[in-house]
Amino acid sequence: MEWGPIILTFKLALLTTVVLLLIAIPLTHWLAFTKSKIKPLVETVVSLPLVLPPTVLGFYLLLAFSGSTVVGSFLSNTLGLHLIFTFSGLVVASVLYSLPFMVHPIQSGLQNLPSEIREVSLTLGKSKFETLIRILLPSIKPSLLTGIVLTFAHTIGEFGVVLMIGGNIPGETRVASIAIYDEVEALNYGNANNYALILFALTFTILLAVYLINGKHLKGLVR
Amino acid sequence: MIEIKVQKELLSGTGSMTLDMDLQVETGSLIAVYGQSGAGKTSLLRILAGLMIADAGYIKVDDLVWFDSSSKVYLPAQKRRIGFVPQQYALFPNLTVKGNLEYALNKGQSTSKVDELLELMELANLQQQKPGSLSGGQQQRVALARAIIRQPSILLLDEPLSALDDEMRFSLQDYILKIHQEFNLTSFIVSHDLAEIYKMADKVLVIDNGTVTSFGAPEEVFANKQISGKYRFTGTVVNIVPSDEVYIISVLVDRNLIKVIATKDEASQLQKGNKVMVVSKAFNPLIIKLEA
Repeated sequence: MEWGPIILTFKLALLTTVVLLLIAIPLTHWLAFTKSKIKPLVETVVSLPLVLPPTVLGFYLLLAFSGSTVVGSFLSNTLGLHLIFTFSGLVVASVLYSLPFMVHPIQSGLQNLPSEIREVSLTLGKSKFETLIRILLPSIKPSLLTGIVLTFAHTIGEFGVVLMIGGNIPGETRVASIAIYDEVEALNYGNANNYALILFALTFTILLAVYLINGKHLKGLVR
Repeated sequence: MIEIKVQKELLSGTGSMTLDMDLQVETGSLIAVYGQSGAGKTSLLRILAGLMIADAGYIKVDDLVWFDSSSKVYLPAQKRRIGFVPQQYALFPNLTVKGNLEYALNKGQSTSKVDELLELMELANLQQQKPGSLSGGQQQRVALARAIIRQPSILLLDEPLSALDDEMRFSLQDYILKIHQEFNLTSFIVSHDLAEIYKMADKVLVIDNGTVTSFGAPEEVFANKQISGKYRFTGTVVNIVPSDEVYIISVLVDRNLIKVIATKDEASQLQKGNKVMVVSKAFNPLIIKLEA
Protein backbone atom coordinates (compact mmCIF):
# COMPACT_ATOMS: atom_id res chain seq x y z
CA MET A 1 0.00 0.00 0.00
CA GLU A 2 1.21 3.51 -0.79
CA TRP A 3 0.46 6.60 1.29
CA GLY A 4 0.29 8.80 -1.82
CA PRO A 5 -3.46 8.44 -2.45
CA ILE A 6 -4.29 9.07 1.21
CA ILE A 7 -2.18 12.22 1.33
CA LEU A 8 -3.63 13.39 -1.98
CA THR A 9 -7.14 12.82 -0.65
CA PHE A 10 -6.52 15.00 2.37
CA LYS A 11 -4.80 17.68 0.31
CA LEU A 12 -7.83 17.78 -1.97
CA ALA A 13 -10.27 17.86 0.94
CA LEU A 14 -8.37 20.62 2.71
CA LEU A 15 -8.07 22.83 -0.38
CA THR A 16 -11.70 22.26 -1.33
CA THR A 17 -12.83 23.19 2.17
CA VAL A 18 -10.80 26.41 2.28
CA VAL A 19 -11.93 27.52 -1.18
CA LEU A 20 -15.55 26.64 -0.44
CA LEU A 21 -15.55 28.50 2.85
CA LEU A 22 -14.38 31.65 1.07
CA ILE A 23 -17.08 31.24 -1.59
CA ALA A 24 -19.85 30.15 0.77
CA ILE A 25 -19.66 33.05 3.23
CA PRO A 26 -20.61 35.80 0.78
CA LEU A 27 -22.98 33.45 -1.06
CA THR A 28 -24.87 32.41 2.08
CA HIS A 29 -24.99 35.99 3.32
CA TRP A 30 -26.69 36.93 0.07
CA LEU A 31 -29.00 33.89 0.14
CA ALA A 32 -29.99 34.39 3.76
CA PHE A 33 -31.07 38.03 3.41
CA THR A 34 -31.92 38.67 -0.22
CA LYS A 35 -35.43 39.30 -1.46
CA SER A 36 -34.33 38.78 -5.05
CA LYS A 37 -36.54 36.79 -7.35
CA ILE A 38 -33.66 34.65 -8.58
CA LYS A 39 -32.99 33.28 -5.08
CA PRO A 40 -34.92 30.01 -5.70
CA LEU A 41 -32.92 29.49 -8.88
CA VAL A 42 -29.61 29.95 -7.11
CA GLU A 43 -30.73 27.67 -4.28
CA THR A 44 -31.66 25.00 -6.80
CA VAL A 45 -28.28 25.16 -8.49
CA VAL A 46 -26.52 24.98 -5.11
CA SER A 47 -28.54 21.92 -4.10
CA LEU A 48 -28.26 20.04 -7.41
CA PRO A 49 -25.18 18.02 -6.39
CA LEU A 50 -27.26 16.48 -3.59
CA VAL A 51 -29.52 14.70 -6.04
CA LEU A 52 -27.64 14.46 -9.33
CA PRO A 53 -25.52 11.37 -9.88
CA PRO A 54 -21.89 12.49 -9.58
CA THR A 55 -21.30 11.11 -13.04
CA VAL A 56 -23.72 13.69 -14.51
CA LEU A 57 -21.85 16.56 -12.92
CA GLY A 58 -18.56 14.95 -13.91
CA PHE A 59 -19.69 14.44 -17.49
CA TYR A 60 -20.71 18.06 -17.99
CA LEU A 61 -17.59 19.35 -16.28
CA LEU A 62 -15.56 17.12 -18.56
CA LEU A 63 -17.28 18.66 -21.56
CA ALA A 64 -16.91 22.18 -20.17
CA PHE A 65 -13.23 21.79 -19.37
CA SER A 66 -12.26 20.13 -22.64
CA GLY A 67 -10.56 22.26 -25.26
CA SER A 68 -13.33 21.69 -27.76
CA THR A 69 -15.84 23.95 -26.00
CA VAL A 70 -15.85 27.73 -25.65
CA VAL A 71 -15.47 27.56 -21.88
CA GLY A 72 -12.75 24.97 -22.05
CA SER A 73 -10.69 26.73 -24.69
CA PHE A 74 -11.04 30.02 -22.78
CA LEU A 75 -9.82 28.34 -19.60
CA SER A 76 -6.84 26.65 -21.20
CA ASN A 77 -5.84 29.20 -23.85
CA THR A 78 -6.54 32.49 -22.07
CA LEU A 79 -6.16 31.60 -18.41
CA GLY A 80 -3.71 28.76 -18.87
CA LEU A 81 -5.87 26.48 -16.71
CA HIS A 82 -5.80 22.84 -17.68
CA LEU A 83 -8.53 21.21 -15.66
CA ILE A 84 -8.90 17.79 -17.18
CA PHE A 85 -6.94 15.00 -15.54
CA THR A 86 -5.19 17.50 -13.27
CA PHE A 87 -5.30 18.18 -9.56
CA SER A 88 -6.62 21.74 -10.06
CA GLY A 89 -9.46 20.27 -12.08
CA LEU A 90 -10.29 18.01 -9.14
CA VAL A 91 -10.39 21.00 -6.80
CA VAL A 92 -12.80 22.90 -9.07
CA ALA A 93 -15.04 19.85 -9.44
CA SER A 94 -14.99 19.11 -5.71
CA VAL A 95 -15.90 22.68 -4.87
CA LEU A 96 -18.99 22.43 -7.07
CA TYR A 97 -19.82 18.96 -5.84
CA SER A 98 -19.58 19.84 -2.14
CA LEU A 99 -21.24 23.24 -2.46
CA PRO A 100 -24.50 22.30 -0.67
CA PHE A 101 -22.65 20.72 2.23
CA MET A 102 -20.98 24.03 3.02
CA VAL A 103 -23.81 26.38 2.03
CA HIS A 104 -26.77 24.72 3.75
CA PRO A 105 -25.50 24.72 7.36
CA ILE A 106 -24.16 28.28 7.15
CA GLN A 107 -27.28 29.58 5.44
CA SER A 108 -29.60 28.06 8.02
CA GLY A 109 -27.34 29.31 10.81
CA LEU A 110 -27.63 32.85 9.47
CA GLN A 111 -31.37 32.59 8.90
CA ASN A 112 -31.98 31.28 12.39
CA LEU A 113 -30.40 34.32 13.99
CA PRO A 114 -33.07 36.89 14.92
CA SER A 115 -33.18 39.47 12.11
CA GLU A 116 -33.19 42.26 14.71
CA ILE A 117 -29.57 41.47 15.53
CA ARG A 118 -28.55 42.52 12.05
CA GLU A 119 -30.83 45.53 12.05
CA VAL A 120 -29.58 46.82 15.38
CA SER A 121 -26.03 46.58 14.13
CA LEU A 122 -26.98 48.73 11.12
CA THR A 123 -28.62 51.33 13.38
CA LEU A 124 -25.36 51.41 15.33
CA GLY A 125 -23.66 52.72 12.20
CA LYS A 126 -21.98 49.47 11.18
CA SER A 127 -21.75 48.28 7.59
CA LYS A 128 -23.23 44.98 6.46
CA PHE A 129 -19.72 43.59 6.04
CA GLU A 130 -18.65 44.59 9.54
CA THR A 131 -21.89 43.14 10.92
CA LEU A 132 -21.18 39.85 9.15
CA ILE A 133 -17.60 39.57 10.34
CA ARG A 134 -17.96 40.82 13.91
CA ILE A 135 -21.46 39.66 14.86
CA LEU A 136 -23.11 37.16 12.53
CA LEU A 137 -20.28 34.73 11.83
CA PRO A 138 -19.06 34.56 15.45
CA SER A 139 -22.66 33.86 16.49
CA ILE A 140 -22.98 30.81 14.26
CA LYS A 141 -19.74 28.97 15.06
CA PRO A 142 -21.48 25.56 15.34
CA SER A 143 -22.93 26.00 11.83
CA LEU A 144 -19.55 27.02 10.44
CA LEU A 145 -17.92 24.00 12.04
CA THR A 146 -20.63 21.71 10.66
CA GLY A 147 -20.19 23.16 7.15
CA ILE A 148 -16.41 22.82 7.26
CA VAL A 149 -16.44 19.26 8.50
CA LEU A 150 -19.23 18.01 6.24
CA THR A 151 -17.41 19.47 3.25
CA PHE A 152 -14.13 17.95 4.30
CA ALA A 153 -15.65 14.53 4.95
CA HIS A 154 -17.77 14.61 1.81
CA THR A 155 -14.75 15.47 -0.35
CA ILE A 156 -12.87 12.54 1.14
CA GLY A 157 -15.75 10.29 0.09
CA GLU A 158 -15.92 11.60 -3.46
CA PHE A 159 -15.65 9.06 -6.23
CA GLY A 160 -17.76 9.56 -9.35
CA VAL A 161 -16.82 13.15 -10.12
CA VAL A 162 -13.15 12.45 -9.48
CA LEU A 163 -13.17 9.48 -11.77
CA MET A 164 -14.83 11.43 -14.61
CA ILE A 165 -12.65 14.53 -14.34
CA GLY A 166 -9.39 13.27 -12.92
CA GLY A 167 -9.07 9.69 -13.98
CA ASN A 168 -6.49 7.63 -12.13
CA ILE A 169 -3.11 9.31 -12.40
CA PRO A 170 -0.81 8.44 -9.46
CA GLY A 171 0.34 11.51 -7.56
CA GLU A 172 -1.98 13.79 -9.52
CA THR A 173 -5.55 12.56 -9.39
CA ARG A 174 -5.38 9.13 -7.80
CA VAL A 175 -7.17 9.74 -4.52
CA ALA A 176 -7.89 7.03 -1.97
CA SER A 177 -11.41 6.20 -3.14
CA ILE A 178 -10.10 5.62 -6.66
CA ALA A 179 -7.19 3.59 -5.34
CA ILE A 180 -9.62 1.29 -3.52
CA TYR A 181 -11.58 0.72 -6.72
CA ASP A 182 -8.34 0.08 -8.58
CA GLU A 183 -7.08 -2.43 -6.05
CA VAL A 184 -10.38 -4.29 -5.98
CA GLU A 185 -10.37 -4.51 -9.75
CA ALA A 186 -6.90 -6.01 -9.54
CA LEU A 187 -8.20 -8.39 -6.85
CA ASN A 188 -5.78 -6.94 -4.25
CA TYR A 189 -8.34 -7.10 -1.46
CA GLY A 190 -5.71 -6.65 1.23
CA ASN A 191 -4.54 -3.31 -0.15
CA ALA A 192 -8.09 -2.19 -0.76
CA ASN A 193 -8.92 -3.00 2.83
CA ASN A 194 -5.97 -0.94 4.08
CA TYR A 195 -7.16 2.17 2.24
CA ALA A 196 -10.76 1.56 3.19
CA LEU A 197 -9.97 1.05 6.85
CA ILE A 198 -7.91 4.23 7.05
CA LEU A 199 -10.67 6.29 5.39
CA PHE A 200 -13.29 4.73 7.63
CA ALA A 201 -11.34 5.37 10.84
CA LEU A 202 -10.42 8.94 9.95
CA THR A 203 -13.86 10.08 8.84
CA PHE A 204 -15.48 8.39 11.84
CA THR A 205 -13.11 10.22 14.17
CA ILE A 206 -13.69 13.56 12.49
CA LEU A 207 -17.46 13.31 12.61
CA LEU A 208 -17.45 12.09 16.21
CA ALA A 209 -15.25 15.03 17.18
CA VAL A 210 -17.69 17.46 15.57
CA TYR A 211 -20.70 16.08 17.38
CA LEU A 212 -18.83 16.16 20.67
CA ILE A 213 -17.65 19.73 20.16
CA ASN A 214 -20.98 21.02 18.85
CA GLY A 215 -22.80 19.38 21.73
CA LYS A 216 -20.60 21.22 24.18
CA HIS A 217 -20.85 24.43 22.23
CA LEU A 218 -24.61 24.34 22.32
CA LYS A 219 -24.58 23.73 26.05
CA GLY A 220 -22.28 26.72 26.40
CA LEU A 221 -24.79 28.90 24.57
CA VAL A 222 -27.68 27.86 26.75
CA ARG A 223 -25.85 28.24 30.03
CA MET B 1 -38.97 69.68 15.56
CA ILE B 2 -39.40 66.34 13.84
CA GLU B 3 -41.66 66.34 10.84
CA ILE B 4 -42.97 63.02 9.63
CA LYS B 5 -45.15 62.67 6.59
CA VAL B 6 -44.93 59.23 5.07
CA GLN B 7 -46.99 56.77 3.10
CA LYS B 8 -46.19 53.11 2.79
CA GLU B 9 -48.09 50.15 1.41
CA LEU B 10 -47.84 47.33 3.91
CA LEU B 11 -48.69 43.68 3.56
CA SER B 12 -50.32 42.39 6.68
CA GLY B 13 -51.97 39.13 7.61
CA THR B 14 -55.36 40.36 6.54
CA GLY B 15 -54.29 41.81 3.21
CA SER B 16 -52.70 45.10 2.32
CA MET B 17 -52.90 48.28 4.35
CA THR B 18 -51.66 51.79 3.78
CA LEU B 19 -49.60 53.39 6.47
CA ASP B 20 -50.34 57.10 6.22
CA MET B 21 -48.68 59.29 8.83
CA ASP B 22 -48.57 63.03 9.10
CA LEU B 23 -47.33 64.45 12.36
CA GLN B 24 -44.97 66.89 13.95
CA VAL B 25 -43.16 66.06 17.12
CA GLU B 26 -41.42 68.53 19.37
CA THR B 27 -37.78 67.81 20.04
CA GLY B 28 -37.25 66.41 23.51
CA SER B 29 -40.71 64.95 23.95
CA LEU B 30 -41.57 61.39 24.82
CA ILE B 31 -44.20 59.95 22.52
CA ALA B 32 -46.11 56.79 23.30
CA VAL B 33 -47.28 54.91 20.22
CA TYR B 34 -50.51 53.10 20.95
CA GLY B 35 -52.73 50.87 18.84
CA GLN B 36 -53.80 47.33 18.14
CA SER B 37 -51.31 44.84 16.85
CA GLY B 38 -50.96 45.14 13.11
CA ALA B 39 -51.96 48.82 13.20
CA GLY B 40 -48.56 49.89 11.89
CA LYS B 41 -46.73 50.89 15.07
CA THR B 42 -43.61 48.85 14.44
CA SER B 43 -43.58 49.88 10.78
CA LEU B 44 -43.56 53.54 11.79
CA LEU B 45 -40.54 52.90 14.02
CA ARG B 46 -38.77 50.96 11.30
CA ILE B 47 -39.38 53.73 8.78
CA LEU B 48 -37.94 56.26 11.23
CA ALA B 49 -34.95 53.99 11.87
CA GLY B 50 -34.22 53.58 8.16
CA LEU B 51 -34.86 49.85 8.24
CA MET B 52 -37.90 50.22 5.99
CA ILE B 53 -38.26 52.63 3.10
CA ALA B 54 -41.47 54.62 2.80
CA ASP B 55 -43.09 54.81 -0.63
CA ALA B 56 -43.60 58.56 -0.46
CA GLY B 57 -43.26 61.54 1.84
CA TYR B 58 -40.50 63.01 3.96
CA ILE B 59 -38.86 62.84 7.38
CA LYS B 60 -37.14 65.93 8.69
CA VAL B 61 -35.29 66.01 11.98
CA ASP B 62 -34.32 69.49 13.16
CA ASP B 63 -34.22 70.70 9.54
CA LEU B 64 -32.02 67.78 8.53
CA VAL B 65 -33.70 65.74 5.81
CA TRP B 66 -33.55 62.01 6.54
CA PHE B 67 -35.90 61.02 3.80
CA ASP B 68 -37.61 62.84 0.97
CA SER B 69 -39.14 60.89 -1.87
CA SER B 70 -39.56 63.98 -4.07
CA SER B 71 -35.85 64.84 -4.04
CA LYS B 72 -34.76 61.20 -3.70
CA VAL B 73 -32.99 61.76 -0.40
CA TYR B 74 -32.58 58.64 1.68
CA LEU B 75 -30.30 58.54 4.66
CA PRO B 76 -29.52 54.88 5.44
CA ALA B 77 -29.91 53.55 8.98
CA GLN B 78 -26.17 53.80 9.57
CA LYS B 79 -26.17 57.56 9.04
CA ARG B 80 -29.23 58.41 11.12
CA ARG B 81 -28.74 59.44 14.70
CA ILE B 82 -31.04 56.85 16.20
CA GLY B 83 -31.05 54.41 19.04
CA PHE B 84 -33.20 51.40 18.22
CA VAL B 85 -34.34 48.81 20.75
CA PRO B 86 -36.41 46.05 19.13
CA GLN B 87 -38.93 43.98 21.04
CA GLN B 88 -36.58 41.08 21.61
CA TYR B 89 -33.62 43.25 22.68
CA ALA B 90 -31.39 41.62 20.04
CA LEU B 91 -28.21 41.64 22.06
CA PHE B 92 -25.19 40.29 20.22
CA PRO B 93 -24.88 36.77 21.65
CA ASN B 94 -21.19 36.43 20.92
CA LEU B 95 -20.16 39.53 22.88
CA THR B 96 -20.14 40.29 26.60
CA VAL B 97 -22.28 43.08 28.08
CA LYS B 98 -19.33 45.42 27.82
CA GLY B 99 -18.54 44.09 24.34
CA ASN B 100 -22.09 44.87 23.22
CA LEU B 101 -21.66 48.48 24.31
CA GLU B 102 -18.14 48.80 22.91
CA TYR B 103 -19.32 47.51 19.54
CA ALA B 104 -21.69 50.48 19.33
CA LEU B 105 -18.92 53.07 19.69
CA ASN B 106 -18.22 55.23 16.69
CA LYS B 107 -14.71 55.12 15.26
CA GLY B 108 -12.49 57.18 17.52
CA GLN B 109 -15.16 57.71 20.16
CA SER B 110 -13.82 57.57 23.69
CA THR B 111 -14.56 54.38 25.62
CA SER B 112 -15.45 56.45 28.67
CA LYS B 113 -18.99 56.55 27.27
CA VAL B 114 -19.22 52.78 27.81
CA ASP B 115 -18.21 53.07 31.45
CA GLU B 116 -20.57 55.98 31.97
CA LEU B 117 -23.53 53.97 30.69
CA LEU B 118 -22.53 50.79 32.54
CA GLU B 119 -22.61 52.93 35.66
CA LEU B 120 -25.83 54.76 34.84
CA MET B 121 -27.74 51.57 33.99
CA GLU B 122 -26.20 49.73 36.95
CA LEU B 123 -24.60 47.10 34.77
CA ALA B 124 -21.01 47.42 35.96
CA ASN B 125 -21.00 44.14 37.87
CA LEU B 126 -22.46 42.28 34.87
CA GLN B 127 -20.11 43.68 32.26
CA GLN B 128 -18.14 40.48 31.64
CA GLN B 129 -21.23 38.28 31.26
CA LYS B 130 -22.71 37.07 28.00
CA PRO B 131 -26.33 38.09 27.22
CA GLY B 132 -27.55 34.49 27.49
CA SER B 133 -26.98 34.48 31.24
CA LEU B 134 -28.90 37.70 31.96
CA SER B 135 -32.51 38.15 33.08
CA GLY B 136 -35.03 39.92 30.83
CA GLY B 137 -34.73 43.19 32.72
CA GLN B 138 -30.96 43.09 32.64
CA GLN B 139 -30.95 42.38 28.92
CA GLN B 140 -33.31 45.28 28.38
CA ARG B 141 -30.98 47.62 30.27
CA VAL B 142 -28.05 46.47 28.12
CA ALA B 143 -30.11 47.06 24.98
CA LEU B 144 -31.03 50.55 26.18
CA ALA B 145 -27.47 51.41 27.10
CA ARG B 146 -26.22 50.14 23.75
CA ALA B 147 -28.75 52.28 21.91
CA ILE B 148 -27.51 55.39 23.70
CA ILE B 149 -23.75 54.99 23.19
CA ARG B 150 -23.65 56.93 19.94
CA GLN B 151 -25.66 59.75 21.46
CA PRO B 152 -28.62 59.56 19.14
CA SER B 153 -31.17 62.31 18.80
CA ILE B 154 -34.09 59.90 18.55
CA LEU B 155 -34.68 56.82 20.67
CA LEU B 156 -37.02 54.17 19.27
CA LEU B 157 -38.35 51.54 21.66
CA ASP B 158 -40.61 48.78 20.34
CA GLU B 159 -42.68 47.48 23.25
CA PRO B 160 -39.63 47.54 25.43
CA LEU B 161 -41.32 46.33 28.59
CA SER B 162 -44.00 43.94 27.41
CA ALA B 163 -42.05 40.80 28.30
CA LEU B 164 -41.22 41.87 31.84
CA ASP B 165 -43.03 41.38 35.13
CA ASP B 166 -44.55 44.41 36.86
CA GLU B 167 -41.74 45.12 39.27
CA MET B 168 -39.20 45.05 36.48
CA ARG B 169 -41.45 47.23 34.33
CA PHE B 170 -41.68 49.96 36.92
CA SER B 171 -37.97 50.10 37.50
CA LEU B 172 -37.24 50.08 33.75
CA GLN B 173 -39.74 52.85 33.14
CA ASP B 174 -37.60 54.91 35.48
CA TYR B 175 -34.44 53.95 33.62
CA ILE B 176 -36.02 54.99 30.35
CA LEU B 177 -37.20 58.31 31.76
CA LYS B 178 -33.73 58.87 33.19
CA ILE B 179 -31.91 58.42 29.90
CA HIS B 180 -34.62 60.27 28.01
CA GLN B 181 -33.97 63.34 30.14
CA GLU B 182 -30.25 62.92 30.70
CA PHE B 183 -29.41 62.63 27.01
CA ASN B 184 -31.99 65.07 25.76
CA LEU B 185 -33.67 62.57 23.50
CA THR B 186 -36.84 62.56 21.51
CA SER B 187 -38.28 59.14 22.26
CA PHE B 188 -40.92 56.98 20.64
CA ILE B 189 -42.19 54.11 22.79
CA VAL B 190 -44.63 51.52 21.53
CA SER B 191 -46.79 50.58 24.50
CA HIS B 192 -50.09 48.86 25.23
CA ASP B 193 -50.09 49.75 28.86
CA LEU B 194 -52.18 52.79 29.76
CA ALA B 195 -50.58 53.17 33.17
CA GLU B 196 -47.20 53.20 31.50
CA ILE B 197 -48.33 55.78 28.98
CA TYR B 198 -49.76 58.04 31.68
CA LYS B 199 -46.59 57.78 33.70
CA MET B 200 -44.08 58.34 30.92
CA ALA B 201 -45.47 59.99 27.84
CA ASP B 202 -45.84 63.69 27.05
CA LYS B 203 -48.04 62.75 24.14
CA VAL B 204 -49.69 59.64 22.88
CA LEU B 205 -50.01 58.78 19.22
CA VAL B 206 -52.95 56.48 18.56
CA ILE B 207 -52.69 54.51 15.34
CA ASP B 208 -55.47 52.48 13.85
CA ASN B 209 -55.25 50.63 10.58
CA GLY B 210 -52.26 52.65 9.44
CA THR B 211 -53.56 56.12 10.19
CA VAL B 212 -53.33 58.48 13.14
CA THR B 213 -56.66 58.62 14.94
CA SER B 214 -55.53 60.96 17.69
CA PHE B 215 -52.39 62.64 18.90
CA GLY B 216 -52.19 64.59 22.14
CA ALA B 217 -51.66 64.44 25.86
CA PRO B 218 -52.71 61.05 27.31
CA GLU B 219 -55.51 62.58 29.41
CA GLU B 220 -56.99 64.32 26.39
CA VAL B 221 -56.73 61.29 24.18
CA PHE B 222 -58.00 58.58 26.48
CA ALA B 223 -60.78 60.38 28.31
CA ASN B 224 -63.34 62.20 26.21
CA LYS B 225 -63.61 65.08 28.58
CA GLN B 226 -61.39 66.72 31.11
CA ILE B 227 -61.97 65.20 34.48
CA SER B 228 -61.41 66.91 37.75
CA GLY B 229 -60.89 64.61 40.65
CA LYS B 230 -58.41 64.16 43.32
CA TYR B 231 -57.38 60.57 42.61
CA ARG B 232 -57.16 58.94 39.26
CA PHE B 233 -56.09 55.42 38.38
CA THR B 234 -56.22 53.41 35.23
CA GLY B 235 -56.78 49.71 35.39
CA THR B 236 -58.43 46.67 33.92
CA VAL B 237 -61.87 45.31 34.71
CA VAL B 238 -61.42 41.79 36.03
CA ASN B 239 -64.89 41.03 37.35
CA ILE B 240 -68.47 42.39 37.33
CA VAL B 241 -70.85 41.06 39.97
CA PRO B 242 -74.49 42.17 40.40
CA SER B 243 -75.46 42.93 43.97
CA ASP B 244 -79.06 43.98 44.60
CA GLU B 245 -79.69 47.12 42.56
CA VAL B 246 -76.03 47.89 41.87
CA TYR B 247 -73.01 46.17 40.41
CA ILE B 248 -69.65 45.60 42.03
CA ILE B 249 -66.85 46.05 39.56
CA SER B 250 -63.40 44.70 40.40
CA VAL B 251 -60.64 46.71 38.80
CA LEU B 252 -57.00 45.72 38.76
CA VAL B 253 -54.85 48.84 39.18
CA ASP B 254 -51.20 47.91 38.99
CA ARG B 255 -51.36 44.99 41.40
CA ASN B 256 -54.15 46.22 43.61
CA LEU B 257 -57.68 45.00 43.22
CA ILE B 258 -60.14 47.85 43.73
CA LYS B 259 -63.88 47.28 44.12
CA VAL B 260 -66.07 49.99 42.69
CA ILE B 261 -69.84 50.26 42.84
CA ALA B 262 -71.55 51.03 39.56
CA THR B 263 -75.14 51.50 38.47
CA LYS B 264 -76.77 49.13 36.07
CA ASP B 265 -76.33 51.61 33.21
CA GLU B 266 -72.66 52.09 33.92
CA ALA B 267 -72.08 48.38 34.33
CA SER B 268 -73.80 47.57 31.06
CA GLN B 269 -71.08 49.48 29.20
CA LEU B 270 -68.32 47.46 30.77
CA GLN B 271 -66.93 44.05 30.11
CA LYS B 272 -64.14 42.03 31.64
CA GLY B 273 -60.84 43.15 30.19
CA ASN B 274 -61.94 46.75 29.48
CA LYS B 275 -59.41 49.42 30.28
CA VAL B 276 -61.00 51.89 32.68
CA MET B 277 -60.13 54.94 34.70
CA VAL B 278 -61.18 55.04 38.34
CA VAL B 279 -61.67 58.54 39.64
CA SER B 280 -62.30 59.31 43.26
CA LYS B 281 -64.44 62.40 43.66
CA ALA B 282 -65.32 63.25 47.22
CA PHE B 283 -66.38 59.94 48.72
CA ASN B 284 -68.18 58.49 45.74
CA PRO B 285 -65.90 56.95 43.20
CA LEU B 286 -67.04 57.40 39.60
CA ILE B 287 -66.15 54.93 36.95
CA ILE B 288 -65.62 56.03 33.40
CA LYS B 289 -64.82 53.75 30.53
CA LEU B 290 -61.78 54.73 28.54
CA GLU B 291 -61.93 54.98 24.81
CA ALA B 292 -58.83 54.70 22.73
